[in-house]
Amino acid sequence: MASLDDLKKRITSVKSTQKITKAMKMVAAAKLKRAQDSAEKGRPYSEKMNNIILNLSSGISDKETAPKLLSGSGKEQVHLCVVMTSDRGLCGGFNANIIKKAKSYFAKLNKEGKELKIITVGSKGNDQLKRVYGNKIIENISFKSSKNANYFDAEKVGKIIIEKFQKEEFDICTIFYNQFKNVITQIPQAQQIIPLNTKSDDQNNSEDNYEFEPDEDEILSNLLPKNISTQIFKAMLENSASEQGARMSAMDNATRNAGEMVDKLTIEYNRSRQAAITKELIEIISGAESL
Amino acid sequence: MSDEFKIEIVNPEKSFLSKEDVNEVVVPAFEGEMGILKDHISIISFLKPGIITIQAKSGEEKYYVEDGIIEFKNNTLSILTSYILNLKDIEKNKLLELLKNAEEESNKPEISDQLKYLADQKVETLKSIN
Repeated sequence: MASLDDLKKRITSVKSTQKITKAMKMVAAAKLKRAQDSAEKGRPYSEKMNNIILNLSSGISDKETAPKLLSGSGKEQVHLCVVMTSDRGLCGGFNANIIKKAKSYFAKLNKEGKELKIITVGSKGNDQLKRVYGNKIIENISFKSSKNANYFDAEKVGKIIIEKFQKEEFDICTIFYNQFKNVITQIPQAQQIIPLNTKSDDQNNSEDNYEFEPDEDEILSNLLPKNISTQIFKAMLENSASEQGARMSAMDNATRNAGEMVDKLTIEYNRSRQAAITKELIEIISGAESL
Repeated sequence: MSDEFKIEIVNPEKSFLSKEDVNEVVVPAFEGEMGILKDHISIISFLKPGIITIQAKSGEEKYYVEDGIIEFKNNTLSILTSYILNLKDIEKNKLLELLKNAEEESNKPEISDQLKYLADQKVETLKSIN
């Protein structure tokens, strides 16, 4: 049995851990509010962008001449997977969930004999993937320095992807991120961005007759790269909201567990103190009786 | 019958501006400036660097944009842009910095014709603000 002193030390250390997790929870809650706000504010942009592209692509009858970003390169051999994770840990299953989703996708590709290339965004994903898929990772991007998700970072990632596509380094590009549903639930998502999936769920194409200036092709070829950055930006916003949400609930759990542990340790401490007192008393009494 | 329509400007971070009482908007479309009035035909076009002028009941407003896409449909004008500044709040220093960047860009030797054109437009617009 641990001595009284040891127990006391453990109680203090658990208590200070609890203080840290509590503080982290509160910080995450404050950041979550902001991240959620900006995720919501960013939605109209990506929705509008998507609508315009859907409208445009439905207007293009000749798929042969359509830009490659829309129609694909015609092959499906090389897959590029962009795995977006956080730069910091201590956020529960947040990173693990994305990695799990990505790994099962990688395994599927492997079985089908497809070639795989990986870009990791965020250092945590890189740390976890490089052990198994180290030789497949062609780029690791991290935005540790920027506080919030911002569009310029997304644009940087988008440019890298487009550049690689134009050099024909891959045929299909998929991004992995966590979609923010609520504080406890984040859904890992795999979204294909090249070639663009133009089959929309809701058929609200009211067949608008648009006038285009300049012509459709040129607008599309200008719009598609922007759309990729926008999709990535959306993923980044969702991710940062999810990260804070996951961290908040993880830290909440940790705080509660620490509380339970303190209670248990305190009971043990009190018991062993009582046991020590009883033992001393018995010793005194039996000593007095023997006289 | 009023001849006002709705305008929405969004950038990736947020909905930048939304107005219901707009009479006329002049946008720097890629192939030249374009004025949009109520009941314009549905149109999609994209922007080059320039000034958006909004004539509204509540007064005239001017914005500097670097790029963007516009969509006009059912008397709603949506402008998607990644970089927009209100000319009223723009600071001298910021302006000079933008101008410097644009000039550097346009003087790069390996730049493509289209990018060069865009960068020159940027320089021109920024100079005209000054």
